[in-house]
Amino acid sequence: MTTRTATLPRIGLSDLGKLARGRYLSPLASLVLFVVMFAVVVARYDFASPTQVFLNLLVDNAYLIVLAVGMTFVILTGGIDLSVGSVVALSTVIVATTLRAGWPMPLAVLAVLVVGPLLGLLMGLVIEYFDVQPFIATLAGMFLARGLCYVISVDTLPIKDPLLRQLGLNYVYLYEDKFIRWTVVIALVVVVVAAYVLHQTRFGRTVYAIGGNRQSAQLMGLNASRARVSVYAISGLCASLAGLLLAVQKLSGYSLNGIGLELDAIAAAVIGGVLLSGGVGFVLGSVIGVLVLGTIQTFVTAANLDSYWTRIMTGVLLLVFVLVQRVLVRKPG
Amino acid sequence: MIKRITASPLIWPVLALVALLAVNVVLTPTFLSIRVQDGHLFGSLIDILRNGAPTMLVALGMTLVIASRGIDLSVGAVVAVSGALACAHIAASTDPASPGTVITAMGIAMGAAVALGLWNGMLVSVFGVQPIIATLVLMTAGRGIALFITDGQIVTVTSAPFKVLGAGFAFGLPVAILVSLAVFALVGLLTRRTALGMLLESVGINPEASRLAGVRYRTIVFAVYVFCALCAGIAGLMIASNISAADANNAGLWIEMDAILAVVIGGTSLLGGRFSLTGTILGALIIQTLTTTVYTAGITPETTLVFKALVVIAVCLLQAPKFRALLSRKRRPSTPAAPAANAPAQSLSVPVPPTSAMAAK
Repeated sequence: MTTRTATLPRIGLSDLGKLARGRYLSPLASLVLFVVMFAVVVARYDFASPTQVFLNLLVDNAYLIVLAVGMTFVILTGGIDLSVGSVVALSTVIVATTLRAGWPMPLAVLAVLVVGPLLGLLMGLVIEYFDVQPFIATLAGMFLARGLCYVISVDTLPIKDPLLRQLGLNYVYLYEDKFIRWTVVIALVVVVVAAYVLHQTRFGRTVYAIGGNRQSAQLMGLNASRARVSVYAISGLCASLAGLLLAVQKLSGYSLNGIGLELDAIAAAVIGGVLLSGGVGFVLGSVIGVLVLGTIQTFVTAANLDSYWTRIMTGVLLLVFVLVQRVLVRKPG
Repeated sequence: MIKRITASPLIWPVLALVALLAVNVVLTPTFLSIRVQDGHLFGSLIDILRNGAPTMLVALGMTLVIASRGIDLSVGAVVAVSGALACAHIAASTDPASPGTVITAMGIAMGAAVALGLWNGMLVSVFGVQPIIATLVLMTAGRGIALFITDGQIVTVTSAPFKVLGAGFAFGLPVAILVSLAVFALVGLLTRRTALGMLLESVGINPEASRLAGVRYRTIVFAVYVFCALCAGIAGLMIASNISAADANNAGLWIEMDAILAVVIGGTSLLGGRFSLTGTILGALIIQTLTTTVYTAGITPETTLVFKALVVIAVCLLQAPKFRALLSRKRRPSTPAAPAANAPAQSLSVPVPPTSAMAAK
């Protein structure tokens, strides 16, 4: 949690109490619940190294963290992006196909990082300039991206590029035998950059302002249109980057990757205290949300339960968080 | 007269459907032919109707939810739960083929669907959770519950009476489509011949104002979510009955998306307050015809999604007032008659009482 300081403005200790009752309440509640859950799971299943279990949460969910970051931008403006799961799949397929076709690795990666934002940009333009609902526009984007996956290839394509393999397989030792992977480093860099953009730049303030009240934001002279289109492009960029991370993690590209991943990203954001009505929430909240989802997965695996329990428990937790937030943050949804 | 027709919000869905059917006729000249075999009607059109029945039913329920400014993402999960419960009951019973067993099974499934609808309604109206999150809870957990019921297996049943709903025929037509149309007629009557539709729209336009005006906000919200879940439950029975099995993983997968698309293609605004049941039926037919078209055109089924995306974008853009204004601006200089023809199109952006939409029924 070294990145925490990046999003919190400098505050005195005396202000902490006040802040805990304000907009930081939801993410704080999520953090507390995460710590409790994690402690219970670790204590119950007697893991040899709780630190490594925590690091594994990051390793296993690096792509979801990146995805949730992009989703946070969109949700902050009061929109939603259903296309991210499909864009992840499309990215894995594109990188695997282009590499097999003999493209140099940087070019293949670049291709992926162009396609995702481009799709996002298109959806953003349709949403902003033709008043099509974000839900519908990104749903169409979801179908389009998934359909393109199938058009490119329906098979699992292995990735053999040596550099990407190293990226996926090599450990990064933090101390002694505790390790993470490079994907985690990339994901955390994305989190830091996103937190900086949202809190320290004019663009970030505009994103929050649009989510709070679009009209006021516009009357204040903020470029609401540009920001609203941009968040979808950013979400597309995050989705394609997440796709690359997933491809590196699995060392393959497959068109059935990431089905329902958009729901995980949305759930992570909601659990992390990002309000779907827009204007309220933090990137770090979404990261906590991802960690909560990861803990459920760890528990289900450790308890040797059937995989559908993950879904049931995610639903139950989603409910708990939503209700807790309703009680704590008396804000009309 | 022509003005009336071009001003109708249903013109684009109708044109899209006709265009799709025309493409099919070009591809397979026998597409429209319907023949009688064993006393039933057979043909591509009948297939479209039968396969589209579950989506149509779910979309009808979804229309009412969306009209109340809500959304129900959990219908796919309800479809899975309902099918799982019915099949589990029939498979566990000593006499799977008896009508009594089947009726009990269907009763259990629909009861569960109603309970799930009450749950959604409670989260939305009592706890004030945003509809999209409230139903996301059940969407996430529901399929897990269905898998729990079937123990992660595909439960197959052999029961002749159970097959009637999804695969049977009555009066020469598939039972499934008859059920969907009956629900359509019933909802049409209830919402357009009583004050219910207007109350629903008032809740969708401004919940607070309608509450102050004495509209029972909670009751109406409960009712629409229960109705939507019940429709999903019946759709789940249709799907399970059609394949004589409950596949908790795949039954009704993405049906919520198809249903929402059908509703939007039909001209109902996602912002609530205005709905068109006829439009929804057209929307569901367009989606089903599109799928069939891709098959008959000999395109690989994998690419269906690409076409679906393109059609959705096209229909949504054509309905967007801004896009139509853009089109008419471009047309105006070339044809002097254009302004007159475009006047009704522009007036569409003003919310009109949609009573005319149902009059066609």
